Amino acid sequence: MFPLNDNGMLSGLLCGILFGYVLENAGFGSPVKLSAQFKLSDWAVFKVMFTAIVVAAVGLWLLRLVGLMKPDSIAVPQAALMASAVGGALVGAGFAVGGYCPGTSVVGLFSGRLDALVFIVGVVLGTAGFAVFYGAALKSLKAAWLIAEGDTFTDVYGTPEPVVLAVLGLALIAIFYFGSWFERRGTGTVTAEQAVEGAR
Amino acid sequence: MTASEKQGNPEIKPFWSPLAAGIALGLALLLTFVLSGHGLGASGAANDMVAGVGLKLAPEATRANGYLGPMVADGSPMGSWMTWEILGVAIGALVAAFMAGRFRVQLDGARSVGTPARLISTLAGGFMAGLGARIAGGCTSGLGLSGAAALGISAFVFLALFFATGMIVSRMVKGV
Repeated sequence: MFPLNDNGMLSGLLCGILFGYVLENAGFGSPVKLSAQFKLSDWAVFKVMFTAIVVAAVGLWLLRLVGLMKPDSIAVPQAALMASAVGGALVGAGFAVGGYCPGTSVVGLFSGRLDALVFIVGVVLGTAGFAVFYGAALKSLKAAWLIAEGDTFTDVYGTPEPVVLAVLGLALIAIFYFGSWFERRGTGTVTAEQAVEGAR
Repeated sequence: MTASEKQGNPEIKPFWSPLAAGIALGLALLLTFVLSGHGLGASGAANDMVAGVGLKLAPEATRANGYLGPMVADGSPMGSWMTWEILGVAIGALVAAFMAGRFRVQLDGARSVGTPARLISTLAGGFMAGLGARIAGGCTSGLGLSGAAALGISAFVFLALFFATGMIVSRMVKGV
């Protein structure tokens, strides 16, 4: 019965290798490709992310349906909505300014990009800064708009899980449809040659 | 032969299509949930690093810190699952970049905005992302991707604000 709850070295290495391999092949080591999402000229970031979300969410649902996965056995982030909103805004701003997020900066560095190393230094400093200033103000931010009833739409609003998955599926189709429309009328998506060439 | 091959560089292979990459990423994420009980992440490794380095350089201050203290209470956080996972990301990305002829040492963005501006933009961006990830309790991978696959409400709030703010800021600042 899954999950195995294996948090050892091999489990971490295996999942990480697959993660890094796929992200690089998606083009997500390049800050040009990544930041083109926010200029709406290349929708790869949202297309890849939403496809992955739907594949994994449907997979988890199916595993539970056939009884291979225990219910309520996987980690769901706490519904601390204020902290998610403020943190999301800061990560989005950092992504727009720096061209990476914490995970893709590792991919950028190991495809040869030294600016990604500087981004990682920034991430470590930002993390240390949070720890240094961790006090009443940050604690109350983390406790604001906290939904006590649960963490998922099913737990809080009683929405059946297949309905949530169907809405996500529709959102995925919309992202591909509108994203491709923006890509056609924009400057075109960032190719591997352009990404390796670097920002110009 | 392409121009790049004539110069002795290996052929640069195209990226996977977003659909193919998305399905592969979704399956990798599903495998991660099945193996570990949680999703993929990244910023947690920076957390481990700060706690680990803090414990070496300033052990008393680290143990007394309200955020890091509870984390290091059960010994050194280095060598946690997330740290191994990020080491894996590095290996996976390196192999992928080499196999596809996409490995090139460069300071990406130095030509478009200049070296000093690029160093500042990438350091500032990293700082904001690191700080934001700790406030949200996860980054684009840990909260946005993995949290959304677990159908967490906060993941969708994170993604909405991530996208909206990124669009606005990218129109005000040219970082790359």
